[in-house]
This record gives sequence, C-alpha cells and structure tokens, in this order.
Amino acid sequence: MPKDHGIGASSKRREDVRFLTGEGNYTDDINVNGQAYVYFLRSDIAHGTLNSVDTSAADGMEGVVKIFTGADFEAVGSVPCGWQVTDKHGEVMQEPRHPVLAHGKVRHVGEPIAAVVAETLEQARDAAEAIVLDITHLPAVVDMKEAVKEGAPKVHDDLTSNLCYDWGFVEENKAAVDAAFEEAHHVTTLELVNNRLVANPMEPRVAVGDFARGTGDHTLYTTSQNPHVIRLLMGAFVLGIPEHKLRVVAPDVGGGFGTKIFHYQEEAFVTYAAKVCNRAVKWTSSRSEAFMSDAHGRDHVTKIQLALDKDNNFTALRTDTYANMGAYLSTFAPSVPTWLHGTLMAGNYKTPLIYVNVKAVFTNTVPVDAYRGAGRPEATYQLERLVDKAAHELKVDPIKLRRQNFIMEFPYATPVAVEYDTGDYVATMDKLEEMADIAGFKKRREDSEAKGKLRGFGVNCYIEACGIAPSNLVGQLGARAGLFESCTVRVNATGGLVVMTGSHSHGQGHETSFAQVVADMIGIPEDMVEIVHGDTANTPMGMGTYGSRSLAVGGSAMVKATEKIIAKATKIASHLLEASEGDVELKDGAFTVAGTDKSVAWGDVTLAAYVPHNYPLEEIEPGLEETAFYDPSNFTYPSGAYACEVELDPETGQVTVERFSAADDFGNIVNPMIVTGQVHGGLAQGIGQALLENCAYDSDGQLLSASYMDYAMPRASDLPFYDVDHSCQTPCTHNPLGVKGCGEAGAIGSPPAVVNAVLDAMRSGGKDVGHIDMPVSPHRVWEAMNS
Amino acid sequence: MYNFDVEMPTSIADAVKALGREEAQPMSGGQTLIPTLKARLAAPSVLVSLHSIPEMKGVCKNDAGDICIGGATTHATVAAEAVDYPALASLAARIGDPAVRNRGTIGGSVANNDPSACYPAGVLGSGATIVTNNREIAADDYFLGMFETALEEGEIVTEVKFPIPEVAHYEKHLQPASRFPLVAVFVAKFADGVRVAITGASENGVFRWTEAENALSGNFSASALDGLSLSGDKMISDLHGSGKYRAHLCGVMAKRAVAAAS
Amino acid sequence: MTQLKMTVNGKAASGEVEGRTLLVQFLRENLGMTGTHVGCDTSQCGACVVHVNGEAVKSCTMLAVEANGAEVATIEGQAAPDGTLNTIQQAFQDHHGLQCGFCTPGMVMSAAALLKDNPKPTVDDVRHYLDGNICRCTGYHNIVKAIMAASGQDVSAIAAE
Repeated sequence: MPKDHGIGASSKRREDVRFLTGEGNYTDDINVNGQAYVYFLRSDIAHGTLNSVDTSAADGMEGVVKIFTGADFEAVGSVPCGWQVTDKHGEVMQEPRHPVLAHGKVRHVGEPIAAVVAETLEQARDAAEAIVLDITHLPAVVDMKEAVKEGAPKVHDDLTSNLCYDWGFVEENKAAVDAAFEEAHHVTTLELVNNRLVANPMEPRVAVGDFARGTGDHTLYTTSQNPHVIRLLMGAFVLGIPEHKLRVVAPDVGGGFGTKIFHYQEEAFVTYAAKVCNRAVKWTSSRSEAFMSDAHGRDHVTKIQLALDKDNNFTALRTDTYANMGAYLSTFAPSVPTWLHGTLMAGNYKTPLIYVNVKAVFTNTVPVDAYRGAGRPEATYQLERLVDKAAHELKVDPIKLRRQNFIMEFPYATPVAVEYDTGDYVATMDKLEEMADIAGFKKRREDSEAKGKLRGFGVNCYIEACGIAPSNLVGQLGARAGLFESCTVRVNATGGLVVMTGSHSHGQGHETSFAQVVADMIGIPEDMVEIVHGDTANTPMGMGTYGSRSLAVGGSAMVKATEKIIAKATKIASHLLEASEGDVELKDGAFTVAGTDKSVAWGDVTLAAYVPHNYPLEEIEPGLEETAFYDPSNFTYPSGAYACEVELDPETGQVTVERFSAADDFGNIVNPMIVTGQVHGGLAQGIGQALLENCAYDSDGQLLSASYMDYAMPRASDLPFYDVDHSCQTPCTHNPLGVKGCGEAGAIGSPPAVVNAVLDAMRSGGKDVGHIDMPVSPHRVWEAMNS
Repeated sequence: MYNFDVEMPTSIADAVKALGREEAQPMSGGQTLIPTLKARLAAPSVLVSLHSIPEMKGVCKNDAGDICIGGATTHATVAAEAVDYPALASLAARIGDPAVRNRGTIGGSVANNDPSACYPAGVLGSGATIVTNNREIAADDYFLGMFETALEEGEIVTEVKFPIPEVAHYEKHLQPASRFPLVAVFVAKFADGVRVAITGASENGVFRWTEAENALSGNFSASALDGLSLSGDKMISDLHGSGKYRAHLCGVMAKRAVAAAS
Repeated sequence: MTQLKMTVNGKAASGEVEGRTLLVQFLRENLGMTGTHVGCDTSQCGACVVHVNGEAVKSCTMLAVEANGAEVATIEGQAAPDGTLNTIQQAFQDHHGLQCGFCTPGMVMSAAALLKDNPKPTVDDVRHYLDGNICRCTGYHNIVKAIMAASGQDVSAIAAE
C-alpha cells in the first residue's frame, strides 16, 4: 500500500492552494511605496565600438528621475564569474570584465547600454528613445570555429583571442586513448550540434531594489534560485555592500531551470540605483527582453569517437567540443562544458579510456550558462547518439550493445575522475523494455504504415551527477564557492516547527516534501512543519537550488539539524520521564521509556524547552533550535533508461512522439507524485529540445528566435502522456536519506531517445542518414529524407 | 506602448468619422495590433475600436445564398455560427487559440493581410467579396501583397460575403512557434470551377494556385495534382522552412485539402 | 484618462486609466489583483487569461477601456468565499497539475472556459484547447489529467502519480 503521510507518501502540495487562488507572491507582485521604474536601452547590434551615449535630450523629459550609462559604473565591480577553469597547459582561463552597463564596446544584441529610471515605465521608455548612441559597427563573431581562427574579430580586445580555455580531460590519458584508437577493431565517429536553448521559465525575471537611507540597509527582491549566492556575488564583488547590510529576497519564483541561478546586471543595477536615487527601483523583464538577456543554454559543437574491439566492447572514447560562452562569462558558465560534462562521458559504460577536449569560445551572443541538466545533457546526447550509431554500423541491437558494456559493479571509478556509488543499469533497462512494450512495436509500426506514416523506436541510457560536491573538491576544480547546504530547525513551544532551509523552491514543492521528511522523523502530522526559504534575512547561508541538489544536499542538512533537535529533545524527555537517555525513544510523536508504558508527548517536551521549570538547566540550555551545514562527500548518480516511439509523416517531415517511457533510479523517494512531475517536466523540455526549440542567430549576430513567434515552446498538443517509473531504487550510500535527485533527469535522458527514434523511422522508410541535428524540425526531416 | 486616445463608436458612420482624426487607426480584435503597439512599432494618436458596432457583428445569409459575416465578428462566432459553410467554420475554429478566437475578428484579419494568416486563404479561396464602408471589392482584387490590401486610408471592412461552394477544405501545416500556418491551402469546388488559395508560403502573401485550379476543375481528386509543383523562388525562407520546403508543402497540403473535401 | 467601471468577480470595481492601459494592468496595478500574470508580449503564453462577459480572453491583449461595463472573472474569484477550491482548482491540486504556479491562473481560467463549452472533452480536445497556454514545468501530463478529472471523467488509465 502506498503510504499516506511522511517519507514515501504522495502528499498533496500545500503551496498549490495559494498558486491556485491567485495568492502567490511573485517578485512582480511586490511593489514598494514610491518606487520608480527602470527601462534598459539595449544594444540592437551584436558588436560595435560605443563612441558615445548622449542623454542630453532625454535627461529633462517628463518623469525622468535619472539616466545611467556605463560611465556611472566604471568604479563599480565587474559582474563576477563563479568558476575558474584551468586549461590543459595549466593556464587559467581568460576572463573578461563584465560591466553592469556597456562601456567602450557592445558585445551582443541585448547588452544594456543605458538605464533610464523614471516615474513610470512608459516614461522611462520614452526617454530611452531620446538617447543618442554613436556606435561604430564591428564585424560580429557568431560561429565558434570561425571565432578561434587566427585574425578573427575579437570580442574582447584585451584578451589574446576568443578562446576562453582549451581544456583537456584527463590530459594524462590522451596518449593511451589515441593508442587504443590505433588498435581498435571498429571506430564510430559522429559530429553533432547540441542546439542553443532559452530556458524560458514562464515568469520573466524581475528585480526590485530598495534602500533605507536611515539605516543604510539595502534590499533586493529578485527572481532567483539562490538568494544567498546573489547576496554574496553582488554584495562582495560588484557593489561592495557587506552582507549584513544587504537582504536578498527571492519569494515565489515562477520556474528557473538554471537561468535564475546567475547574478545578472539588472539586479546590481536596481540595488545601486535605489541608493543613488534614494527610492526603490523596479525592473520587470518583458519576454522579448528575456530572450536577449537571460543566459542561454547548451550550444556545443562536438566530434566524438568510440573505439570498439572485435567483440563490440567499448575500448576508448574521445571527444572534441566547442562550447559557446557567449560574449561574457555568466556565473557558472565555465564549469558547464568541463566539470559538469567531461566527468559524465563514461555514461553507463565501462569504457576504460576516455579523453575529452573542450574549447570554450567567446562570441557576440548572449552569455551561455547552465540550463536544466547543464553539461550532462550534452554528454548524454553525444554518447547515446554515438552508441546507437555504432550499433547500426555493427548491425547489432542497440539495447544489446548497451547491456554488453554496462558497468555492473559498484562503486565504480570511471576514467573521468568520478566514482559512482550505486546503480543498477540492468534493472532500469529491464524495466524499460517491459514498459515500452517492445513486442508490440511491430504491430504499431504496421498500423502507422497503413496510414502512410513511418514509425521509429529509440532508446538511450543516462547517468547524471547531482548534488555537486564536496566543497573542498570543487574548490580544487575552480569553483569560487562552497557547495554545502544549510538548515535551521526552530521548534516552537507548542510543538510546531519552522524549518529554514538554504534550498529554494521555484516549483519543486519543497514546502511539502521537506515537511514530509521532518514530520516523519518526529512522527507528527506534516502540517506541524512549516518550510521557510528564499529570504537571506530568515534562512541560514545556503547555496540554493540547482543541479537536482535540494533533497540530496539541502534535505541532508535538514535531516542533520532535525537529528540534533531530536537528540536534545530526547535529553529533555529523559529528564521529564526520569529515565536514562539511552532508554528513551521517539516514536509517533511521543518519547517512551523502552519496555514501559511511560511516555511524554512531543508537545510536552517542546513546552518544557521554553518553560524550563522542570528542566536540566545545569546540563542543557533552554530552547529548541538547531542549525546544520551539510557538505556531501560525493555527487549522487541517478541513472535510467528511456525509450521513445515516434511517428513520422514522410510527406511533411512532421514528427510526433507517440509513446515515451522513462525508467529512472533516483534512489529513495520522498514524494512519488512530485518526483513523477519533475520527470514529466524534464521530458517535455528534452522533447522540446529534440523536436522544437532552437535559439538561432544570423551571421551578423542578430537573434532570429527572439520571441515566442519564432522560438517554439512545447504546447500540450505537441506532447504525449508519459509512462514514468521509479521503482528501481539503489539508494545513495553517502547521504542520510539515500536520495539522488530527480529534477534534471527527464531533460538529460530524453533527447537522444527521440533522435534515435526519428532515425529509426527514417531507416524504415529506406533512408539511412546516419545523423540529424536537433531540433528535428519537419523542414530538416524532409530535407534529410530528400537529400 | 505610446499613449493614444481610444474611441469606441457604435455605428459604422461614427467609426468612419472617428477615423478622420489625425493619426487615427482602426482596431478590431487587436490580437495583432496590440502586440505591435507593445513593441512600439505603431504610434497612432487615436485608436478607433470597431468592437462595439452591432451592425458589424454576426453571421447571416443573404438572398443570393451567400454567408455574410460582419467585419467585427470574432473567429469564435464564425466557428460556431457559419454552419452552412463548414470549411469556413473549421478554418475559424483553428485560428490561433481559444482566447485569441474570442477577440480576433475576420475584418481585422482581412484588413491586416498577414502573409501567414488563415482568413486570407479562406476569403480568396472562396472568391468572397470584401464589403467596406463605401464599396465592395472582389477578393481577387483585394489582396495586393504582404500586409497590403486595396483598402484606402480610413476604409474599414464591414462585412465579408462568401459564396458557398459544393465542397471545400482548409488544410494547414503549422509553424511550430507562432502556430500560424507555415503553409496552408484552402480548396473550394464550385459548380463552375475550383479555387485554390495558399497562405504562409509566398513573399507576396496569399495567392491562387491557378495551375492546380485548372487541374482540379477537370478532375477534383488529389491525384489530379500529381506532377504539379510550385517554384520555391518567391516563397518565404526563414528559420522554419526554406522556400523550397514551403513550395513542396503547398502540393502536399493542396492534395490533403482535396482529399478531405471530396 | 478615462474613468472605468466594471464588475470583477461579482464586485464593482472602478479606476482611471489611459487609453493604452491593458486590462491586465488595470487588474494588477489599479485593483492590486496580482493573481493574473504576464508571461509574454506576443499573446501566446496565456498566463493572463481571464473571462470577460463569460469568454476567455488574454487580458494582456485587450485594452482596459474595452472592458468598461463588462463582467470580468479572474483567478481570485474561482474558489468559494470560504476558500474552498472549485472543482478545477481541486483537480489541479489532486493531480499535481502545477509546479511553479506562474501559468496556473491562466490554465485554470482556460480550463473553466473549456468545460463550460465542452463538459466532457476528449484528451485531444483538452490538449488543443490549451494551444494558447504555455506551461514550462509540468510537461502538461498532469494538467491534461486534472482537466479530464475535473470534467468528471475517469482518469485512472492515465499513468498514475
């Protein structure tokens, strides 16, 4: 029987009530008395010398409070990058200054040049139109391979080239890998593009800066996945505001998917301008602005090769990737194609030798950073397309080839520096084969063919690394931050708990699932536990939510803090029960002396903590509040196997996903309903990448897909019902809940299955094109079918 | 948006009068115009809303048997009420999305003549007549190119009259982002011949495929279109499809429209 | 400036607006009803869907003055006065039809419009009806399931949880 409460129960989400009744509190719903509005004048050219910004005609216009230009921010810090990669020669990456407002040059369409603060947004916009820009156009670099050629126009004149870094991993293995290729019985080669995407959370970014001159306190309300990180980056590196004078609030946040991790110029601007103007300043992004100012995702161009022996065992793998950084280094951009990508290249397979080369390149495009999966989808796509291609070249069943090369024993140390603690790839593949009804495929294909359609079936496996950790390791890899998580548990006198977590929910349902864990540990109803997050003023320093880390890292901190609470409460209870501490146990919300019927209720113990009349004051302090910081010893490694079945209309090239099955191993699960929902959302984004979504630039650096008119967001009618299973569970061995993380799996695991299925459908129609790039649009399919 | 005054006349005469004001612009459902205004791509000083004019709303039949649709009639109303012309009702029922269909109007669509809009194909494919406040214009004389029509300054589409064909069908292939047609074909078979109108494809907006019309007038079956093709040279070429692909889709959509109609 | 009067969720509402003021701005800024959201500027995402005189419209693509005298219904008026969720809202919670909640007001209002016209829609009807409502979190599975359930149809065959 499914549980009806606590860990393992599909508890309904408590946060839904406010969202369903219009009572959510999103950043744009926040208005501060007397606030002014800012409009950013953004570059409409990709690359140019900014000779002058003349605001004289605009300054005196109706409603204008103040106009800021790049000159106003010369003395202010650069928007920082949080990760420094060291290249294959031991040199640190090239790191350009990233100004709040452009100064001297503009480097991508959408870069803010001037900011008009006015009484109303329309007045700000009117004045922005009166600003005269003198820009000398420069040739733009858009294509990465062109950008790194000798003599290419430089995005940053003060850097030696457009190459941010040339990373080799593991450099010491390179010779051995090349030697293995020399000896290979078969080599499969694949060149592919991982298409640039725009995360597109439905809530556009918003930032409201406020300043209290009387106290010198700054407040920033912002759409962030990690308010403490913003406070640290902006306070310490950009504006020089000590953290105790800066409060960052990220209230209800309408989706993030990575793009709300990063510290953006607009946040620094409103915080700074609020002080200069001595009034609150609000910025609300339009969707059109979002397309040219939110960090983009993916955008890798890769050549990958697999060496196999005569028995079809994988013997070596090597890749060459160009990774687009865009015009500036966004907060975690350098880590995505390196430590979040190269380390995953082993996938689910025991390939003994792997070498990964990544060239990160500056171009005149919007900065690129983490988007749902971040590096891991790119790794999975390359590897799982390549394995499929190898299977077809060798005329072996793609599932069989995968199974033959699966890692079977755990822990497993990969040749790319990570150690998988647990997993069972056979189990998820067995489950998948059952879910996908492979036996019925032949009939379904015949039915499609009877309608003039082609039908294809594709699978892939995936491995991901979640809960990025530990801090001392990531520090060695270039992270400029710790990657722990924090939690404070405050027990009130009457027994209710307030759990203040450094994790942040922007759709994941932490208010429900985190409460389930704590309630389960104590044995009290879930509604006695309140989860607080998103405000630096009332949560301990935490690193926020991304990389499927919340439960694995934040949940672990919460468990540790709750354990401290239970330990102290047990002491109090043993005093009240006049029993030895070792004999007292907590069960179902009561402390009982083992083997007796003597017990004291949770509420009586918590009351005693705050009304310590009968209390061991000489031994312990009154009160019941504990904080824990948890720094994991390793990543977690969710894995799974996915299958996709598509129907393809050979006349139009239209592809529809008819079935999608996902068998995941997330370790232990707290709320199955929420976990399934996370997979659904990830699958939609993965299928979206595979079939629909494409962020495209022309050769002048103009953004072609600059709104929903040209960027194809998946709609309900584009997608099927999904068949999702997470009954295969190999619990994580190094965190207290045994959980692994589920937020990104769907987006990581689905694109190769879709493309593999499309290619299978095309083959069944007599056309073997070897590869087709995403998005597999009708136009591309039709061209491939008719090439 | 730049600011503007809004006039909400309740008669065609008052609307025409209001449109005589300096920098006045008519707005019907506003489903295209309001996003355009938000982008500050238009700057009328007066916006004349045509949404409150009862004489421009509704679907009826005239003595000649034509379906007459008031210019301010929403797509949703046409979808529900043009029961005597199912292919037209079906076209209206598939424009945009339900909320857009509750505001957008036939007059607005026809006056705007977006090269990827649905109605121009239905109007041209039906050989309909565009009625304005001062004249009637045959569809063949009305659509002059991308966003260009025979309308004069201040002239408004008050009604569109559709002769009802024996059979007709509208087949569209969607542009996946905007959900406008990438290519869509309206085929209508009348006693005296067949009309085939195509939207989404040409750089000159909606057009008739006369070669297909001739072939279908002799033999109204999809196979009559075998071997016929359009050139991709003057077709729209963008992120979502080359001119060549659009030209190909014209043939596929036309065949499917015929098959569904017959 | 124009003085407007309308009925919002059964209550009289009034305010002064410019010609260019959108209905969604009137709701959010004049009336402080922030449940209706703005997610795009091309009339596609549907986060702003409300009902005007019983019909679903995109309140970001309608001028406030055009709603003068109208009956407007928004997400704030969907639950019972005592806070009890209506059938659609309850189905969204029961079937996990929302995650971040930003598109949810528009989804609920569109679902209500659908079920008014089509009380027993097919899955295909529901999916196509939502062409103007974009959700980035749920992959739509549970939204479609919730709307089917709200229509009183058996959803047990649709994959659980």
